[in-house]
Amino acid sequence: MRPRTRPRGWGVRPRPRTRTRRLGLRTRITLAFALGGLALSSTISVATLALTRQYLLEEREQTSFTVFVNNGRRVRNELTAETDDEGRRAIVERLGQASGTFPLLFVEDTWTAAEPLVFDGESVPAPLRELVAAGTPGRMRASIGGGPAIVSAVLIQGSGVAAIYYEAAPLNDIQDTLDALAAILFGVAAVTTLLAAATGWWAVRRMLQPLAEVRAAAESLAAGALDTRLDSPSDADLASLSASFNEMAQALEDRIERDNRFASEVSHELRSPLMTLIASVEVLANSRGELSERGRTALDLLAADIARFKQLVEDLLEISRYDVGTAALHNESIDVVEFVQQTIASQARDDVEFAPDPAADGTTLSADKRRLAQVVSNLIDNAAKYGGSKIVVGIERKPNQVLLSVEDDGPGVAPEERRVIFDRFNRGKLSRRRGRAGGSGLGLALVAEHVDLHRGRVWAEDRPDGADGARFVVELPVPATEEAPS
Amino acid sequence: MSTKILAVEDDELIRTAVRLALEDEGWEVEEAASGEEALNAFTRAPADVVLIDIMLPGINGFDVCRAIRRTSDVPIVMVTARVDTHDVVAGLEAGADDYLTKPFAPKELSARIRALLRRARTSEAGTRHFAFGALEIFPEEGVVRVDDSEVHLTKTEFRLLVELGSSPGRVLSREFLLDQVWGHGYFGDGRLVDVHIRRLRTKIESDPANPRHVITVRGLGYKLQG
Repeated sequence: MRPRTRPRGWGVRPRPRTRTRRLGLRTRITLAFALGGLALSSTISVATLALTRQYLLEEREQTSFTVFVNNGRRVRNELTAETDDEGRRAIVERLGQASGTFPLLFVEDTWTAAEPLVFDGESVPAPLRELVAAGTPGRMRASIGGGPAIVSAVLIQGSGVAAIYYEAAPLNDIQDTLDALAAILFGVAAVTTLLAAATGWWAVRRMLQPLAEVRAAAESLAAGALDTRLDSPSDADLASLSASFNEMAQALEDRIERDNRFASEVSHELRSPLMTLIASVEVLANSRGELSERGRTALDLLAADIARFKQLVEDLLEISRYDVGTAALHNESIDVVEFVQQTIASQARDDVEFAPDPAADGTTLSADKRRLAQVVSNLIDNAAKYGGSKIVVGIERKPNQVLLSVEDDGPGVAPEERRVIFDRFNRGKLSRRRGRAGGSGLGLALVAEHVDLHRGRVWAEDRPDGADGARFVVELPVPATEEAPS
Repeated sequence: MSTKILAVEDDELIRTAVRLALEDEGWEVEEAASGEEALNAFTRAPADVVLIDIMLPGINGFDVCRAIRRTSDVPIVMVTARVDTHDVVAGLEAGADDYLTKPFAPKELSARIRALLRRARTSEAGTRHFAFGALEIFPEEGVVRVDDSEVHLTKTEFRLLVELGSSPGRVLSREFLLDQVWGHGYFGDGRLVDVHIRRLRTKIESDPANPRHVITVRGLGYKLQG
């Protein structure tokens, strides 16, 4: 992956932000599932609770009524005009113990209640009292002794005595049952809600899985892996998505390849006219002396620009080999110090000082001579063009790397330009101000490509001694087995 | 009589411009626009040096090269598309002595041709003959014998062998050989040496896959031994 060599307009654009932060699809769908589960389970729970309650109460009313009728009959049979206070209490106690209810007897303005005193005259709901006083038996729900109960009442006429028999049947046990049921149903509703949320989350996950793959593929495409494709899924709905995506990727790859081939073919085609130009200008130069002053100036201009044109075509050809993927290394074993020495010598410059670290002596590495020589000479050209008057080339040996540095005393490279300086046709702000600086504009881009092909790194930095100027460093891996002589 | 170069190039403008430039360098130039024309011209009157563009219509440059090699050991310079393509090795294996990539400067071509036309380095101290077992080299006469029968080598192969023979048993680096035989120096293409060594072995070794005379020393170069 080489981000800096990406063709123009082929970067990852930052995603536009929505103004209001909305919840993600996954959260929303999970929430919807949870709410649905909650609504469903609570409806079922409430209905179950209500129905159960009604059923239990009806049943209890039925049984308590039977008990009440029996008890009432007994009261009528046992109660006589002679029955005194003690006798009434005994009747009430017996009935209470026998049926588990709270009987209450009202005879001649006197209330007789069973012990413990839970249900007395005060507790009898007024409407029931009026109802039964009018002679109608009645039944009513009321709160007795802090708990729900059914209070029944009947007027007893017999044996010369008029009495009203009340009986309160507690419903506490039903309430307990309903409470327990409510607790269980609440628990079930909670579990159902959680399960629904989990199902929603899982469903979204399943649903979004293909999208995650598409995202990964798109990112990989954007990073330059143009042959990225999606596997075609068995699901027909998703198959169309992946088919469209793959078509798009293919179209993109074709287009970029066409562009790359175009650059390569153009530079190939340019070589023929260039060949004629180079040979012709050489013929002209051979008869330079026969030309007028103006003719000589024109010839020099022509020769200079043909040389530049040649450099540009050669650099374009070289770099287009990376774009069409045909760049291959022809590695040879080289002695780094000797190699750099020879490269500097071949440039025939007098402003270059070679200062290798003695520890680097004898370091050999496997490299493509032609490309590595271009790396060194392009860096020296760059230093001469944009730097100052004195260039220092150094070599440093690290345990697993060798560092090649080219230092100049020019204005240096601004931190924000240190990456883009390796882009194609990027000459930096400074040099643009200086006008036509010469060179193809591909020198440093080629350096970056060559170094990358050698699995090395290259970067620009400040001079370590703090003086003005730039320092370009190439780091190349040295096989661990080749130890530097100590 | 001046040295004659046969220049095979299908592009008329290039051919004319290169002819003019080479004539300025003092060579006599005969032009050929196609492989067929080149072979006819060479059969009629053999040139001293042949310059062939590989990308020719009809018979391609490799075939022209092989056809000429069948009858002649004339120095051949190939013009190839790119340095790092297989074309270079294919051209050398077809029998070319050296190669250039387009566009090249005619002065550079002249220098290459002069290097190819140089005579083999005559040995100092009057040594007239090297012997490495069954292999005998006679630098002055330009003759090589294996088991007393003469072996036919091209000029470049012969100079390479003499260079190796002048330092018996010593390992000579590719860079040194490139400089001595081709005049290329440190940045010459090592494949020139490798392909020529390969060709040399097929001519003088009884088993080129297991050479007895021309030995490869990995990472260093080549040496000649008995």
